Amino acid sequence: MINILREMFSYPFMARAVLVGTLVALCASLLGVSLVLKRYAMIGDGLSHVGFGALAVAAVLNASPMLVSIPIVVISAFLLLRLSENSKIKGDAAISLISTGALAIGVMVISMSSGMNTDVNNYLFGSILSMSQSDVNLSIGLSIVVILLFILFYNRIFAVTFDETFAKATGTNVQIFNMIIALLTALVIVVGMRMIGALLITSLIVFPALTSMRLAKRFITVTVNSAIISVICLWIGLIISYKYSTPAGASIVICNIVAFIIYSIIEKIKERVIKE
Amino acid sequence: MSLITCKNLSFEYDGIAVVKDINFDVTDGDYLCIVGENGTGKSTLIKGLLRLKKPFQGEIILNQELAANQIGYLPQQTIIQADFPASVFEVVLSGCLNNLGFKPFYTGKEKRLAKENMQKLGINHLKNDCYRDLSGGQKQRVLLARALCATKKIIVLDEPAAGLDPIVTNELYELIHNINSKYGITIVMVSHDIKATLRYASHILHLHNTQLFFGSTEEYLQSEVGRKFVGGYE
Repeated sequence: MINILREMFSYPFMARAVLVGTLVALCASLLGVSLVLKRYAMIGDGLSHVGFGALAVAAVLNASPMLVSIPIVVISAFLLLRLSENSKIKGDAAISLISTGALAIGVMVISMSSGMNTDVNNYLFGSILSMSQSDVNLSIGLSIVVILLFILFYNRIFAVTFDETFAKATGTNVQIFNMIIALLTALVIVVGMRMIGALLITSLIVFPALTSMRLAKRFITVTVNSAIISVICLWIGLIISYKYSTPAGASIVICNIVAFIIYSIIEKIKERVIKE
Repeated sequence: MSLITCKNLSFEYDGIAVVKDINFDVTDGDYLCIVGENGTGKSTLIKGLLRLKKPFQGEIILNQELAANQIGYLPQQTIIQADFPASVFEVVLSGCLNNLGFKPFYTGKEKRLAKENMQKLGINHLKNDCYRDLSGGQKQRVLLARALCATKKIIVLDEPAAGLDPIVTNELYELIHNINSKYGITIVMVSHDIKATLRYASHILHLHNTQLFFGSTEEYLQSEVGRKFVGGYE
């Protein structure tokens, strides 16, 4: 085991993947709790598809993938939030509209420029090899911003998540905090998408939160547990990916599925014990 | 001392007036019940008082000592809360948010306030329990404690007894009565339960898309609209 780890970290790209992955997993799981409880999980999914479209456009234009996709995804996040709040096209339908639309644009743009099949694959399913040093620096910076903002606004995020109407009535600017949550989600998705893949990144947001909610009974423990579960699953996933040459993103998600199943079983057993 | 004064107030949705020409005032220590049939503008008026909805016409004047964000509120429960993983203490404490200003975290002062209010409502023993595991009545007590954290003067309640069984409902009304008489908190409540309303309220506001009656409970019982409405329930 130690040997595998030592070997893994001797490759710079692997060390980068572990570092960025840990930060992304941390951010995604923290935000995930609020997104899942607010019934916003699908927004994450929509955004990742938009991110795919943006990456495709960036690749064709030969521009920096992160610098192009960040503003596009952030703008879409605000748009999706507005759509799901007050519009004639309601939440889930609006999200499918935007996500499939962006996916189609992405595929179209890629097909118009030839010879990018491996890249498409990388965008959709992620690749730890795709992170350049500048990507890594940007990712670390963004992740730290997300974590700091989350901690700073923790109490307000809780209030807005638990009861928007009450928060609004007692003078909290709900709109701003919903926008902050959307902004942070957009950042996490852009950063995580390169490694985990556009199709799988939402699982990092949804799984740890749901897993942790099986057992935890306080918001703070749900949040902390979610972060721990997420990071551990990422590490195990990356080790499996390295050892058996499986795709990193998929390996991490499989670990999350296993964690979810284990927690669900423990929950059922606990319920039964309490009943008896 | 008048806490809230409403003058010629009207609200509309998409250009259609829901409720209009509302004139009443809430004095410190009052227990005001807003009654009327479904869809006659009660909840809209409540939203207006809480600044969740802008009046179309007229104005709501708050007493200088009452900041707009210091009206405690007991909303109807949402679906999100049904399976929300949070401890009772966390929920009650979140009522103190309007005291924080620009501070990011709660201090000892807010935590003491939350504990005090849990004591008042007799939910101290539930402090570490999960909100989603509580009974309907217990949940309302928790949300009431949260509302008390947000205010020193007045609580607005939107059908607090909805979905509760009769015994728990009576306990809840007793508790609200207690908050009013013992701690001097002004109560503004939307209610369907006309019997309880008459038993506890000091003032009645009867709406039917406009104001049919505003005055003390005794006057209401003498009035024609009051006799009709109360009679219909017996």
